[in-house]
Amino acid sequence: MPAFPKKWLWVVLVVAFGWPLLAPVFPDLVSNYRLFLVSTMIIAAIAVLGLNLLTGFNGQISLGHGAFYAVGAYTAAILMDKLNVPYYATLPAAAVVCFVVGYLFGQPALKLEGHYLALATFALALAVPQILKYKWLEDLTGGVQGIVLMKPEVPFNLPLNEDQWLYYYCLVTMVVLFWAANNMLNSRSGRAMMAIRDHYMAADTMGINTARYKTVTFGISAAYTGIAGALSASAIAFVAPDSFNIFLSIKFLIGLVVGGVGSLVGSVVGGIFYVLVDNSAQAISTFIKNDLGLQFDLSAYTIFGLLLIILMYLMPQGIVGGVYLLFRRLRRS
Amino acid sequence: MEQFLEQIASGLANGAIYACVALALVMIYVSTDHLNFAQGEMAMFSTYISWQLMNWGLNFWVAFVLAVLVSFVLGVIIERAILRPLHNAPVLSVVVVFIGLLAICNSVAGAIWSYLIKEYPSPFPKSTFGFAGVIGPHQLGVVLVTLVVLALLFLFFRYTPLGLAMRAAAQNPQMARLVGVRVDWMLALGWGLAAAIGAVAGIMVAHIVYLDPNMMSGILLYAFAAALVGGIGNPGGAVVGGFIVGVLENMVAYVGNMIEKTTGVYIIGNGEKLTVALIIVIFVLTVKPAGLFGRVVVKRV
Repeated sequence: MPAFPKKWLWVVLVVAFGWPLLAPVFPDLVSNYRLFLVSTMIIAAIAVLGLNLLTGFNGQISLGHGAFYAVGAYTAAILMDKLNVPYYATLPAAAVVCFVVGYLFGQPALKLEGHYLALATFALALAVPQILKYKWLEDLTGGVQGIVLMKPEVPFNLPLNEDQWLYYYCLVTMVVLFWAANNMLNSRSGRAMMAIRDHYMAADTMGINTARYKTVTFGISAAYTGIAGALSASAIAFVAPDSFNIFLSIKFLIGLVVGGVGSLVGSVVGGIFYVLVDNSAQAISTFIKNDLGLQFDLSAYTIFGLLLIILMYLMPQGIVGGVYLLFRRLRRS
Repeated sequence: MEQFLEQIASGLANGAIYACVALALVMIYVSTDHLNFAQGEMAMFSTYISWQLMNWGLNFWVAFVLAVLVSFVLGVIIERAILRPLHNAPVLSVVVVFIGLLAICNSVAGAIWSYLIKEYPSPFPKSTFGFAGVIGPHQLGVVLVTLVVLALLFLFFRYTPLGLAMRAAAQNPQMARLVGVRVDWMLALGWGLAAAIGAVAGIMVAHIVYLDPNMMSGILLYAFAAALVGGIGNPGGAVVGGFIVGVLENMVAYVGNMIEKTTGVYIIGNGEKLTVALIIVIFVLTVKPAGLFGRVVVKRV
């Protein structure tokens, strides 16, 4: 897949940064609710990028990235709640903690491949809510009740409201993280990661330290998803164990598959997509009930599940890859 | 002492359920090399079907048989329609499709029957046996039903031509095809059987864990642990593994309870069931991937 054209990248960035400033002109277009929604999309995009680094670029399947998201969110929440650490300082802390956790989980994962790694991470995803409720951690994690936090405050008396500031905070984090990921993937290390995905044994023979690359990639991937978790903790201002269930990991997976396995732009598309569907499922459900008269409570997961299966048949490269292929075919004919 | 025996008995009853689900997982694994992450949700769906049938006024056992038959058909349909085209697909695609199935089963069950927790009746008489107090009638019934199912399966695979054909198709598809076995259909039948066994497990366990769309997630994890302990790919091993894991699960909780009582320090209890399963899964996978009874697979590269 080609790199995203630079010209368009600047356009997107200008629109992304300038859009909230239109609030006085078009108050309907730039409501606080929309800003918050877009912030959650940004967080989702970062989380999906984390999964993509591992699964898409390194070929290690993970069904348990919700676990690292949870570790990031809880690291941030505990730091803010117990130690009064400012919210912006929780991001590097969450990244470090998640890197270590991911690196350690990557050690046994080295011996597993394909289905077995999927199984181990699936088990991890199922066990996360219970681990968070563990009695010894209760003082820190607040047990079943979770932790209630404060929303990030606007610094330097900037003329922004809370949601606008949150939006910029998330956006800047995302731009930095995507820039870093892009640089890493275009470097020697990134090519090594992809070589391991494409042909493990050939990569090993060419002198790539496959074990180290795989564990470090696991760590980096976990750190990305953990940062997303930490952002979400400040954005929602609340963490509770039962929100980090297996379905969170499934959402990341749908983001990965919809956007495109092994595509940076795809991660953004995937993140935006799953938040959108999650948000509109309620509306579709009421539509089915009121307008079609069916007693059927459609949940977002029915759509997710169907899409997962359909996409695997029709567009195995995700929407971004599929649209690109379609575009190329149209142009040629 | 009595409490100890009680724990073992309830461990065996849970183990019977795990053995069933593990057997279903192994059946799909041997024939297609896929781990069916949706097995638990499929079983849950079958349980809801039986509940619905009972709600319409059918007797428990009639509903049981009907639900198992419907699950069999659904299993065959899923294999033919969804998994057939993915036979040589990369692992990620297969895993993604299974997760998709899981999400669909879970959310559709929630949509049709709501997420409210429902009571599920036990078909076994309330009367007490000689060793009541140690093992309840429902638990005993669960173990018996499971053993009957296992015996039937054993007889089917050992003594019927169809069973032989299915084993042949799983073991060596090409040779089986050469001698005239319709391998495709054998795989579909395997899927149907797995779905049916899962349905039995779901219906048996629903009285214990209550009926709700998420009831099988923990059980599925333990079933995976059981299949791995027994050596995934070995049906007999899966059954033994199921009982081992079931007893182990209760023993861990029991020992944790004892420690808390004697020293006052809480280490592990019922709240850590899934964590225990996670540890078993990762431990077996990394230390002894072949399990207790599995063959070590040597791959030629």
